[in-house]
Amino acid sequence: MKKDIILAGVGGQGILTIATIIGVAALSEGLQLKQSEVHGMSQRGGDVQSHLRISSKSIASDLIPEGKADMIISVEPMESLRYVNMLDKGNGWLVSSMNPFNNISDYPDLEEILHEIWKLPHYVTIDADKIAKEQGSVKAANIVVLGAASPYLGIQYESFTDAIKSVFSKKGEDIVKLNLKALRAGRQYAEKRT
Amino acid sequence: MKKLLLLGDEAIAQGAIDAGISGVYAYPGTPSTEITEYIQASAEARERDVKSKWSTNEKTAMETAIGMSYAGKKSLVCMKHVGLNVAADAFINSAITGANGGLVVLSADDPSMHSSQNEQDSRFYGRFAYVPILEPSNQQEAYDMARYAFVLSEKYGVPVLLRITTRLAHSRSGVLRTESATENELKLPSDLRQFVLLPYIARKQYNTLLAKQDALEEDAITSGFNKYIEGNDKSLGIIACGIAYNYLIENYEDGKVPYPVLKIGQYPVPKKMLQKLYDSVDEILVLEEGYPILEELLRGYLNLGKKIKGRMEGSVPRAGELNPNIVAKALGMGVAEGFDPANVVKGRPPKLCDGCGHWDSFAALNEAMKSYSPGRVLSDIGCYTLSALPPLQAINSCVDMGASITMAIGASEAGLIPAVAAIGDSTFTHSGITGLLDAVNRKASITVLINDNATTGMTGGQDSAAYGKVEDICRGVGVEEEHIRIIKPLRRLHDENVQVLKEELEYKGVSVVIARRECVQTLARRMKLKAIEKKKAAAKA
Ligand SMILES: Cc1ncc(C[n+]2csc(CCOP(=O)(O)OP(=O)(O)O)c2C)c(N)n1
Ligand code: SF4
Repeated sequence: MKKDIILAGVGGQGILTIATIIGVAALSEGLQLKQSEVHGMSQRGGDVQSHLRISSKSIASDLIPEGKADMIISVEPMESLRYVNMLDKGNGWLVSSMNPFNNISDYPDLEEILHEIWKLPHYVTIDADKIAKEQGSVKAANIVVLGAASPYLGIQYESFTDAIKSVFSKKGEDIVKLNLKALRAGRQYAEKRT
Repeated sequence: MKKLLLLGDEAIAQGAIDAGISGVYAYPGTPSTEITEYIQASAEARERDVKSKWSTNEKTAMETAIGMSYAGKKSLVCMKHVGLNVAADAFINSAITGANGGLVVLSADDPSMHSSQNEQDSRFYGRFAYVPILEPSNQQEAYDMARYAFVLSEKYGVPVLLRITTRLAHSRSGVLRTESATENELKLPSDLRQFVLLPYIARKQYNTLLAKQDALEEDAITSGFNKYIEGNDKSLGIIACGIAYNYLIENYEDGKVPYPVLKIGQYPVPKKMLQKLYDSVDEILVLEEGYPILEELLRGYLNLGKKIKGRMEGSVPRAGELNPNIVAKALGMGVAEGFDPANVVKGRPPKLCDGCGHWDSFAALNEAMKSYSPGRVLSDIGCYTLSALPPLQAINSCVDMGASITMAIGASEAGLIPAVAAIGDSTFTHSGITGLLDAVNRKASITVLINDNATTGMTGGQDSAAYGKVEDICRGVGVEEEHIRIIKPLRRLHDENVQVLKEELEYKGVSVVIARRECVQTLARRMKLKAIEKKKAAAKA
């Protein structure tokens, strides 16, 4: 088992939380993992990415080779497209939120962005903000996206729910519940689609 | 023991704690910051009272560590690569004094300049100082080498340079800890003049250092961090330093490289191992994350021997960090390609946070400068450097920490009057105070805008050594009281602030305008903590 995942978004959108949850879930299944993060300069409203590699065998490089990523998980639609050069052309999945984070003057038309995404062979685009709000708070949008990506990650669903419980436990019962619902809702959306 | 999931930085921190350090001395700088932060947050380190408060700059950090080494205890110094320039005087001379307690200097390089002004390679400094260098390829090695570095330092009585690069510093993986060593007792060097670098002592000490070189090279064979891995195809031999090794084996199924490989993790690189590789293969490819140091040594200036491939020869790009594909191409292998980049994707550069005081500070400066020709704002390094970008486009330089004030003096002495220096509070105490003293002594016509946001913002909000001291320092250095002005950078005070700046720009002498408002990120964090404390207190009551 090997999954190479690019996580994408804008500084402050919570992609590292997604990385942590996948990481905890993967470790609980006895998998190995490497996860490189972006710190510093790029966090002030700039684009951020993280390379997450999980495998049943030992992992050499901290960076995913170009054209070999099994998945792009993005919490922002334009950001998901920034890394399509990394995606495996045959089998790679792109899972992205459809909610733009518009903090630049030349942000493109959402239609155009979605049109590009929909050209890819395997994708899920999801209105994560709306679904997260329906579950209780827009803050859980990143976990909705994770839920939508979860069927393609080769990890048991229960491992994700356990990971959410352990990662959010410090923040209290309500936050755990919210995120579990968000995960479920994202998952259901993806499953209905495919 | 259970594996810990650690960043390379955190693995080094845990390694140093387990090696029995009594202090970590550091100034923040990406990608090294998380090492000190990990030690500051470690319950174990706190219990042992491991000193971990931030230093004012890398030089003071290095010197404090030398002092701890003099007193017999183990200490770690951490900085980003350019920090080693600041600490260089102390660092190079510490090789001459030698170490008493274990002394390990960590320098985190940033090839591709993700958040730096250059991509200098710290291994040059290690060679320059004639000290051993350790360069881990993964998180486990980072932990193991942090531990071994102290053993090495105490065994040979030399400081040890530990060199990492961005991708290892900021990548997480499983790390297994080993049994902890204890801290040292206070114990001065047996020769109380060992650290007195008067010429006649320094000459003796330098010869002692030179005499250790053969043993240090031998250690790099026996320690196990340099490995010769056999391969059947002798048409090529590969030298892979640090994390370059990962990118190499990534390209082969199960990591089995057909060529002989020399994996380098400890310097000085043993000549014996190099010779063995050189004699057994037709050509050599050198893979280094950084400058072509080993490649250049092997080629020699005239490159008269076997073909040595690498960054100088052109098989590997001359600049920037490595990745699996670059290495694959250097090996003549095909690489996978993803989808073509979509044209709709626009750049999203970092910018100042919404509500940041720097917006208002530089908006006021821009307006106050309107009556002068452009190009007068010499700036420095910090979040405020982002005011170089549109829409503010307010500054004209960013060279090294503290250079704003001194460059403004030089420009004003060339006739650019008024010249403005824009600097942050942490940068001011890091390296700006001495420049301000120069300005006062030379009666320069400059205005210094100190953006005092009560934190070291750029690197994530560490405590600033300048906190609560900025105007006292300016006074103490000799700036006239009536030309130390304090403004609050807020939009509603824009007109007042412009007026103050205009007045000081007109003054033909040294003036300081302190723009004081807390970083909104630090403020938010502080408020959150306060709310938690309040909740806790309420729960208790
Ligand atoms: C010699 C050196 N050390 C460290 C750094 C990393 N660094 C860049 S800016 C900065 C801090 C800036 O703080 P401050 O001047 O208070 O400005 P702020 O970011 O808070 O606006 C640091 C530590 C560096 N570039 N050079
Ligand atoms: S981190 Fe603080 S100083 Fe830096 S841009 Fe944000 S608000 Fe401004």
